[in-house]
Amino acid sequence: MSNEVANPTRRRVLVGASLVVGGVGGVSALTPFVASWNPSAKARAAGAPVKADISKLEPGGQVIVAWRGKPVWIVRRSAEALANLAVLDANLADPDSAKSKQPKYVPGNAARALRDEVVVMIGLCTHLGCSPTYRPEVVPTDFDANWQGGFYCPCHGSTFDLSGRVYKGKPAPTNLEIPPHFYESDTIILIGEDGGNA
Amino acid sequence: MGVGNPNRAKAKSGIVRWIDDRFPLTQMWQDHMSKYYASRTLNFWYVFGVLALLVLVNQILTGIWLTMSYEPSAEGAFASVEYIMRDVEMGWIIRYMHSSGASAFFIVVYLHMFRGLMYGSYQKPRELIWLFGMAIYLALMAEGFFGYLLPWGQMSYWGAQVILSLAGAIPVVGEDLVQWIRGDYLISGITLNRFFSLHVIALPMVIIGLVVLHILALHDVGSNNPDGIEIDQNKDENGVPVDGVAFWPYHVIKDLVAVGVFLTVFCLVIFFFPEGGGYFIEKPNYEPANSLKTPEHIAPVWYFTPYYSMLRAITFPLFGLDAKFLGVITMGGAIAILFVMPWLDRSPVKSMRYKGWMSRLWLGIFVVSFVILGYLGTLATTEGRTIVAQLCTALYFLYFILMPFYTRMEVTKPVPARVV
Repeated sequence: MSNEVANPTRRRVLVGASLVVGGVGGVSALTPFVASWNPSAKARAAGAPVKADISKLEPGGQVIVAWRGKPVWIVRRSAEALANLAVLDANLADPDSAKSKQPKYVPGNAARALRDEVVVMIGLCTHLGCSPTYRPEVVPTDFDANWQGGFYCPCHGSTFDLSGRVYKGKPAPTNLEIPPHFYESDTIILIGEDGGNA
Repeated sequence: MGVGNPNRAKAKSGIVRWIDDRFPLTQMWQDHMSKYYASRTLNFWYVFGVLALLVLVNQILTGIWLTMSYEPSAEGAFASVEYIMRDVEMGWIIRYMHSSGASAFFIVVYLHMFRGLMYGSYQKPRELIWLFGMAIYLALMAEGFFGYLLPWGQMSYWGAQVILSLAGAIPVVGEDLVQWIRGDYLISGITLNRFFSLHVIALPMVIIGLVVLHILALHDVGSNNPDGIEIDQNKDENGVPVDGVAFWPYHVIKDLVAVGVFLTVFCLVIFFFPEGGGYFIEKPNYEPANSLKTPEHIAPVWYFTPYYSMLRAITFPLFGLDAKFLGVITMGGAIAILFVMPWLDRSPVKSMRYKGWMSRLWLGIFVVSFVILGYLGTLATTEGRTIVAQLCTALYFLYFILMPFYTRMEVTKPVPARVV
């Protein structure tokens, strides 16, 4: 038997074509393995809107509700805390929330709220997803000697004001996200839907 | 008989001969044990490879047993760990062997890697051994990360949340990628189940495969030694390196002493300090996972803290990239740069014994920075600590980046012809 190849070009084309077809088949066979990692139908269905009752929420108070398993904060600010917000602008990374995620119908001002005193935010740091701690007191703290009240992330030290706006020079790139929400009545907020605002 | 290597070593007769005619048993025994020669000068630093293998066996064995009683679901995971600790006969010791074993694994692997850096064990012709080793290190970190979610405690949950969010920093595809990995809008039972599968099946197989490659590559080129001298340059008339000693029985016996010492310390930890002062099992992990509340202070397990510190140290945007993405790049870069180590070191000598003062100084700076970063990673951030972390991160990278220069510039000592 001779080792000489009879028709080398033909061999090359056949080997090449087999490799391409086999390769495409092999990669296509990965589809079910990749697809099965996506959220299942059950997980997708669990993402329904939730209601929050704020009738008992005092100024300075915070309630936490779970929407899609994420903590959503509702915080009522006092009049003086609201007045203090605009003063902080110079220390913030994105004071007008231009780069930050929030529905269009929520104003990009200091209050970031449909009704100035009550702000609704997703309580997960935009850095790496820890849930920051509510630190409303205006007292010097170990992370900021001139603390004006807001949220402190225990994981990587990001700080946010009472509107969830991130301070400059912190690891979090943007302000806390504001979820779609609307007032169903004066005291009931529905989180997860725009309610015709969009 | 057979078409395999006709010259392979075979036993003269008996059952072993019967096997040898069908499987290269005697040949393998000689290649890897009785005729595998390593320098007679291997010192204390050379025991950590064997110890890593021992810990791997411990992890696999205890892991199999834990799987028998563990329940991988959001509802049952935390309770099943408590069940193992309280109700399963001797379950507590199996779990502590596994949890302390994880930390022991990283201790011996870090010492093993330091040995490599000190004696130039990554240099030609051992580049592939180093690369396989680094792949093992990477797989081990993934294994540790997936495993840490399984007890479903507060630290499990939020640690995983932070590390998974790292992928979210990748521009454009990040958010979708994270959701794909989680399989849900948040870390849930779905995530727990897939991490369980990866932790007990996929990664152990990868790690065992890589360990085999690591050892095969090592046994092909031979072990390095504290002098960084190739012992196969000096062979006697039988082709045996004159400075070599057979792995079996000589090195094995020496390693058994190390195994004895290691097991003594390991048992002390398991029996008396199984939580390692909060470093091996962190305190918030005694609380079940709560997706609405992050613990007051969160820190990864100690073996990840140096990289975690680097992540936190990047608090400023640069080159149009935001701080978060830069932090992730820094963290990834810190691990990636270890892979190219063999090509950064341009020194004509291998061992620190014959390198110049600059190599020694930089190795020292590197180790100190790594340890400081590791310590800072266990603490909350303050402005002062962030500055120290930034400095140490810079030094960590400078050790590698400047290596091609200082290893070429410095005056090295003459290397003797034979090991001393």
